[in-house]
Amino acid sequence: MAGFFKSRLFFISLVTVIVAATLPLYVSGYILGLLTVAFYFGVFAMAWDLLFGFAGEVNFGPTFLIGVGAYTAGILNNQYGWSVYLCIVLGALASVIAGLVLALPALRVRGPYFGLTTLVAVLMLQNFIVVFADLTGGEIGLTIPDVITINAGANYWIALGFMAISAAILYGLSQSPVGLVLQASGQDPVQAGALGFNIVKHKLAAFIVSAFFSGLSGALLVFYFGTASVGTVVDVAVGVNVIVSAVLGGRRTVLGAALGAIFLIVAGEFLRPTGELATFIVSAVALLVVLFFPGGFLGAALSREARS
Amino acid sequence: MLAFQILIDGFAISALYALGATGFTLIFGVSGVLNLSHGAIMVAAAVAAWAAASVLHVNTYFGALIGVAVALVAAFATYFAVVRPMQNSRLIPNEEKEIFVLTGTLLWGIMIQELIAYFFTNNAKTVLPIVEGVVDVLGVRTPRNEIFTAVVCCFVIGLLWLLVNRTRTGKAVLAASMNPRGVTLLGLELTRIYVVVWAIYGVLAGIAGVLLGMFLGVSSYSVGPLTASAFSIVVLGGLGSVSGSLIAAFVVGYLETLTAYLVSPAYRTIPALLLLVIVMYIRPQGLLGRR
Repeated sequence: MAGFFKSRLFFISLVTVIVAATLPLYVSGYILGLLTVAFYFGVFAMAWDLLFGFAGEVNFGPTFLIGVGAYTAGILNNQYGWSVYLCIVLGALASVIAGLVLALPALRVRGPYFGLTTLVAVLMLQNFIVVFADLTGGEIGLTIPDVITINAGANYWIALGFMAISAAILYGLSQSPVGLVLQASGQDPVQAGALGFNIVKHKLAAFIVSAFFSGLSGALLVFYFGTASVGTVVDVAVGVNVIVSAVLGGRRTVLGAALGAIFLIVAGEFLRPTGELATFIVSAVALLVVLFFPGGFLGAALSREARS
Repeated sequence: MLAFQILIDGFAISALYALGATGFTLIFGVSGVLNLSHGAIMVAAAVAAWAAASVLHVNTYFGALIGVAVALVAAFATYFAVVRPMQNSRLIPNEEKEIFVLTGTLLWGIMIQELIAYFFTNNAKTVLPIVEGVVDVLGVRTPRNEIFTAVVCCFVIGLLWLLVNRTRTGKAVLAASMNPRGVTLLGLELTRIYVVVWAIYGVLAGIAGVLLGMFLGVSSYSVGPLTASAFSIVVLGGLGSVSGSLIAAFVVGYLETLTAYLVSPAYRTIPALLLLVIVMYIRPQGLLGRR
């Protein structure tokens, strides 16, 4: 760990965060708003990468965890008017419980079967939200009376700080002995088990951590938007964006996932003048990266550094 | 009366699901690929048939043929541009190929979907049916098109069965799904078998797509749900097991129809999803799957 603080990666990250923190002083609120969303997405992608890159579990339903956190926080605020912070904490806790439920099949089935279970979990949540429209606002979305703050700069700093802290914790975890055991149990569970590691415990821990950060980020995001809707936090398409971000940025790097998410959202915005073709172009670029640089942005950069 | 109605409507929908899922499961069984651009290919076929009939004013038979041809081209493009480069890539570790193929085909599907939306808008399109009118079946007024759909689906599935079990090519395909290495040792080229399978897949997906376009209509929004329903039917039946998918397709089709008629069309997909979750917990390999 001590080596990490002297490493180039730490230095670059620190400088990036400091530079990013000064942005509200000279950029428009529009760009800040865009980046705020991108940062929350970055946390989604990092949390997903912990599960996929390290625990080896392909979670097709990151939005199940995100959505449960977001909607729990939103509903509590909407129905009972509890304070924003309490709602956010409870949202993250609900997401952890959802993570445990999702982890149950993961410990029994592997590969595509688990992937499908997670996908079904999202579809169920989506149906649930539509069916219980009185509580959840249904397809129109849930209005949330309170927001953290309406100041674009403050929102931006909260998102940046939250992403930086999450990145530090998730990255630290991935580089720790626990992270190594996770990686081992993801790649060869039998052998990792034979070495005496409790795989079930480690995977459960990975699910809990991933769910906690997904839920927390989801809850923060709805209090930023002031609304929660299926289209923004639950839809399968949102989950696809999270997965694409992580793979694009470089799986198994944690930090790359955040880069991928920021790229995806900013690129989508830059391509807005192309109208309906924006999604097509982003997907095409993502496909090319996946085809020719399967390591992703950070993977390609790191391997070049390793070679030189 | 209602019972017959459910029986007839459920059969047509189930047969359509079965046809759509068969190709999907065949590819998985033979080459281990889960093609997440499946829905996009089906929609592409339906939209092509629609465009041929409504824009170019060709007759409905020829339009349907164009639709199937487009699906065939799209299936080959999926294989040669996305799946094969990934399978042969030395940059991707073997144990991660599965997730890469999933991500790749997913992105490819989104690209097709966006192109369709760009050129033909998001509006729902209904392909002009080949046969029109209604007939009385057991006291239920049934569109001829619905019967046509069911008959074509059963006929094509029957043809597929003959192809796989009674021809040399089909037997090679079957062998490749059982033991790929054994097939190569017998001097058959695996790549060629994969191409054949993708061709079969393209035709099946195309027919299913065009029929769907005539029966229910499609839009670029149907891409996701179509892929998801094929995926769940195939997992419910057991990955790679064609007969399992057929059974699962009928289970899902009838469950949906029953819910839509007896409870509410809004809850249509819920029981099938619940069933899927239960099966995943109790019997993760699906109804007829091998572990």
